[in-house]
Amino acid sequence: MSTVNPNLTYNYKVVKQFTIMAVVWGIIGMSLGVLIASQLVWPAVNLDLPFTHFGRLRPLHTNAVIFGFGGNVLFACSYYVVQRTCQARLFSDGMAALTFWGWQLVLAGAAITLPMGLTSTKEYAELEWPIDILIAIVWVLYGIVYFGTITRRRTPHIYVANWFFGAFIITVGILHIGNNLELPVSAFKSYSIYSGVTDAMMQWWWGHNAVGFFLTAGFLGMMYYFVPKQAGRPVYSYRLSIVHFWALIATYVWAGGHHLHYSALPDWAQTAGMVMSLILLAPSWGGMINGMMTLSGAWHKLRTDPILRFLVVSLSFYGMSTFEGPMMAIKTVNALSHDTDWTIGHVHSGALGWVAMISIGAIYHLVPKLWGVKAMFSTPLINLHFWLATVGTVLYIVAMWVNGIMQGLMWRAVNADGTLTYSFVEALEASGPGYFVRFCGGAIFLSGMLVMAYNVRMTIRQKDQAELEPSTAQAV
Amino acid sequence: MMDINDLRGIQTLLVMIAFFGICWWAYSAHRKKPNEEASHLPFDDDEIDQRTREHEKTEKKR
Repeated sequence: MSTVNPNLTYNYKVVKQFTIMAVVWGIIGMSLGVLIASQLVWPAVNLDLPFTHFGRLRPLHTNAVIFGFGGNVLFACSYYVVQRTCQARLFSDGMAALTFWGWQLVLAGAAITLPMGLTSTKEYAELEWPIDILIAIVWVLYGIVYFGTITRRRTPHIYVANWFFGAFIITVGILHIGNNLELPVSAFKSYSIYSGVTDAMMQWWWGHNAVGFFLTAGFLGMMYYFVPKQAGRPVYSYRLSIVHFWALIATYVWAGGHHLHYSALPDWAQTAGMVMSLILLAPSWGGMINGMMTLSGAWHKLRTDPILRFLVVSLSFYGMSTFEGPMMAIKTVNALSHDTDWTIGHVHSGALGWVAMISIGAIYHLVPKLWGVKAMFSTPLINLHFWLATVGTVLYIVAMWVNGIMQGLMWRAVNADGTLTYSFVEALEASGPGYFVRFCGGAIFLSGMLVMAYNVRMTIRQKDQAELEPSTAQAV
Repeated sequence: MMDINDLRGIQTLLVMIAFFGICWWAYSAHRKKPNEEASHLPFDDDEIDQRTREHEKTEKKR
């Protein structure tokens, strides 16, 4: 097994490409987020044009951050981690390049079709059927490259990060195809083959696992590689990681029903979704603790290493939002939180706090290694980015908590005679200040991304001056 | 007579057995060494990483 080929090298080219595009799409997606957040404060910002309308830009925002930023980060990190922990080159350089260009084509397709109003209206699956087919093709190629690389491994074990990446690839492929079975009626119009509540259940089977597998399992794979690597010590408990993996993937696929509480979905399915969501707390926290405890004995590194700080704070946000999520899945809590800004706050505590922060940490870890320089151009700028990201996230989620709970309470308030105390517009008016704070939080977070883009640009530029010295490269 | 609820009960039992089985397997003494080996995988390949970058450098010079 351990016969090392003296000529073996890794394919870093495709990892570099995905890393750069992750930064680009992160900025595009988050700028769109700040734009639509400003539309909720100052409605005139929609410019009265159909393609700059909130309803068209909101899905572009979610697609750009999830599939543009998150997707490119996942491709980059999974290709990097699978090569390094399997000690094998990617299965096929050509196919890997195809996944890169194919994925960018998908994203360009989203950026064109969504503002045109071409949408299947399914949340996080808005793209119309020709793009769905392209995604399916790219995804199958991705699976071949990824699992092909695992079959070529020179190590006896498959490192735990690869289990998470593998589960993410398989499950997202199945869910994407399952949820997007549709009948095309024209070049860019199709109808779902499911109807009524079945369609809703399929949609949230996909929708919640876009969170569970796309935005969690894949990023846990990153956590299991980059946290130990950056902390310079192996993961706290490898056996816990095995239990973590199986418990998490076995539970997540059942939780989607909690998006449909008090709907036409049969009661038992709602309750099953709720119970599974509550159970999910255990594996989620098991994984978080495993990541956190990896630092035991190395906590002092947090003081000097802002990259490690990104990774660890992302885990704290992960712990927070995976506590909040099960709580919100409880039917009685959901009766208050459903359709309010609390949901948006919850999503962003996961998306900004967990997904974006661990991705940013991973990018800062990756860029110097990929381009062969000792460290990022500027560590103080990473530190600045860390504080911008943290302050931005906290402002965002606190504003949405306040708004959400206020909206929920205002909507349910009734007078003694049974009439509603507040009209919908009164609740909307009361949300104004919260929308402004949210806009500020988002803008601060976005400014951190621009700092990162500059830092990445300068790091790549200086690669010729400061080549990696072998002695420091060995430090683990 | 068996009905769907018996199947649900059986399924719960099977999932529980699978879960405890995985825990027992992961935590058993004979897995201690392989687990430890696996946990060190992120630190075992610096040589190939180094070679990749040197290779890239020479490629560019050519």
